[in-house]
Amino acid sequence: MNLFFGKKQVLKNINIDFPRNQVTSLIGPSGCGKSTLLRSFNRMHDLSPDAKIDGSLKIDDLDIYSKENSVTTLRKKIGMVFQKPNPLPKSIYENLSYGLNIHRFPKNEIPDLIEKALKESYLWDEVKDELKKPAVKLSGGQQQRLCIARTVVLRPEVILMDEPCSALDPISTNKIEELILSLKQNYTIVIVTHNMQQAQRISDKVAFMYLGQLIEHDNCENIFKHPAKDLTRNYVNGHFG
Amino acid sequence: MSIKRREQADIIFRKIFQATGFITIALLAGIFIMLLYNSIAFFVEVKPIDFFTGSQWDPGSMKGDYSIAPLLVSTGLVTLGAMLITVPLGIFTAAFLSEIAHPKLKSILKPIIEMLAAIPSVAIGFLGIVLVGPWIADIFGIQNGLNAINGSILLAVMALPTIITISEDAINAVPLSHREASMALGASKWETIFKVTIPASMPGLIAAVMLGLGRVLGETMTVLMATGNAAKMPSGFLDSVRTITATIAIEMGEVPYQTTHYFALFAIAVILFLITLSINLLGEYFSNRLRRFHA
Repeated sequence: MNLFFGKKQVLKNINIDFPRNQVTSLIGPSGCGKSTLLRSFNRMHDLSPDAKIDGSLKIDDLDIYSKENSVTTLRKKIGMVFQKPNPLPKSIYENLSYGLNIHRFPKNEIPDLIEKALKESYLWDEVKDELKKPAVKLSGGQQQRLCIARTVVLRPEVILMDEPCSALDPISTNKIEELILSLKQNYTIVIVTHNMQQAQRISDKVAFMYLGQLIEHDNCENIFKHPAKDLTRNYVNGHFG
Repeated sequence: MSIKRREQADIIFRKIFQATGFITIALLAGIFIMLLYNSIAFFVEVKPIDFFTGSQWDPGSMKGDYSIAPLLVSTGLVTLGAMLITVPLGIFTAAFLSEIAHPKLKSILKPIIEMLAAIPSVAIGFLGIVLVGPWIADIFGIQNGLNAINGSILLAVMALPTIITISEDAINAVPLSHREASMALGASKWETIFKVTIPASMPGLIAAVMLGLGRVLGETMTVLMATGNAAKMPSGFLDSVRTITATIAIEMGEVPYQTTHYFALFAIAVILFLITLSINLLGEYFSNRLRRFHA
C-alpha cells in the first residue's frame, strides 16, 4: 500500500501481514510513518480530507477500504488505543457502555459485558466500587487501562495501540505490558513503540520502518539479535534515531 | 532602574489594580443598594402580598394597583418563547459551524453572525412593527400582531449571535482526542457530535445560554415597540403583553418624583435583578457539577 497526504508520499510500498493472536511491534524513528500506518488500519485517516491511500488492506478476507463496508462496523472489529489516555468526559461505566450502546448490544447484557472487560483489563478490583466516578479522576495508568477495556468490551479482532505507555510511569507501563501479553490469547495486537526494551519484552514479531518504508519484518529475536539489514542493526543498537 | 524603584513600581501598580477591582464591585453593590433602598420605601406603602398576588398593574387608578404579576408573566412568556427558539437554533448552528461546515464557509458565516449583534435594538423593534407583526396577524388570523410571540421572535434573533459565538467556541474547544476516542469505537459522526462533543462542551453551552438569557431578560426597546404594551394579565403567546423592562422605561420618565408609583418601579427592577441573579447562579452551579467530568 501507499499513502499520500496531499502530494507528499508518507508511506511507500508497505507490504506486511499480521499473524492472528500475536503481538507485532512497529518500531522506527519519529516521523517514519509508524503511527500513520497504524491509523490506516482502522481508517482514522478518513478524518483528514487530503489523505489518499492506494493498495489494498485486508482483515481476514474483508477489504478495509471497500465502499460496501461501513467504517463503523470496521472500527468495532479493529479497536484502537491512543498515545495519551483519552477517556471520554463521562463516568467510568459510561466510558464502557458508550461503545456497547452505539453498536446496539442488548441492554440487559451490558453490565456483565462491562464487568468482564474490566476484569480482563486488570481494572475491576480498583474501580468496582466507583463506577459512577468521572473517568478523569483515575490515574494515568488506570485511564489507559480503561481505554483498553473500552476497546476490549466490543470484542474486536484486532487491537491497535499507538505508543500506549509513552505517557505513563514504569509501574503503570509494566501493568499494561502484562495486560498486552494476556490479551494476545484472544486478540491480534499491533503496537507502535519507541521503547526497544518494551518491543523485546512483548512482541512476537517486529517491523522496523524508516522514512516511510518497511525495512525489515521478522520474528522479535531475529530483529534484535540477527537483523538482516545494517540500518536495522544500527537502529536497535541505538546508533541513531 | 534601581531595585528599590522597581519594588516601588510593583507596590504602586498593585494598589492601582486593587482600586479598579474594588471600584467595579462597589459600583455593582451601589446599584443594588440604591434599588433596594427605594423599593423598601415602596413596600412600606404597599403590602408585599398585594404586590405579588394581585392581577392589575394600574398605578393611575383611584386606589392604585401595583401588582407585578402581569408584568412578571409577560416577561416570563416573552423570555420562554425566545429561549425555546434561540437555544436549539443557536446550539445547532454552532455545532454546524464547528463540526460540519467547511472552514471556508465558516470563515464567511461567522463574521456575518457576529454582525447581527451590532444591529441596534430599536431597528429590530422597527422590524417587529412593520414586518413580523403583520406577518403574525396574517398567520394566526388576529387583529394585532404586536404581542408576546412577536417579542419572542425578535429577542431570539437578538440573542442568537451571543449564543452561537460562545457555543461555537465551547464546541471547538473540545479536544480532538475525545472525537478520536468516539470514532475509534465505531461511532458515526452524528453519534460523536450528539453523544460526545456537545455533552463535553456543556459547561460552555450553559454559559452561552445564560448570557443569551441575560440579553433577552434585560432587553427593553425591542419589546417595548413590538409587544403591544398591555399591562394586563396575558393568557397566551398571542396576547399583547408588557414586560418589566418596558414598564420601567415607559413610566420612569413621567412619574412624579418619590411617589408610590416612583418607588414601585424600583421594586419591579429589584425583582428583575433577583431573577437574573438567581438564574445565573443556578447556571453556574450546573456547569460546575458537569466540570467534574473534565480533566
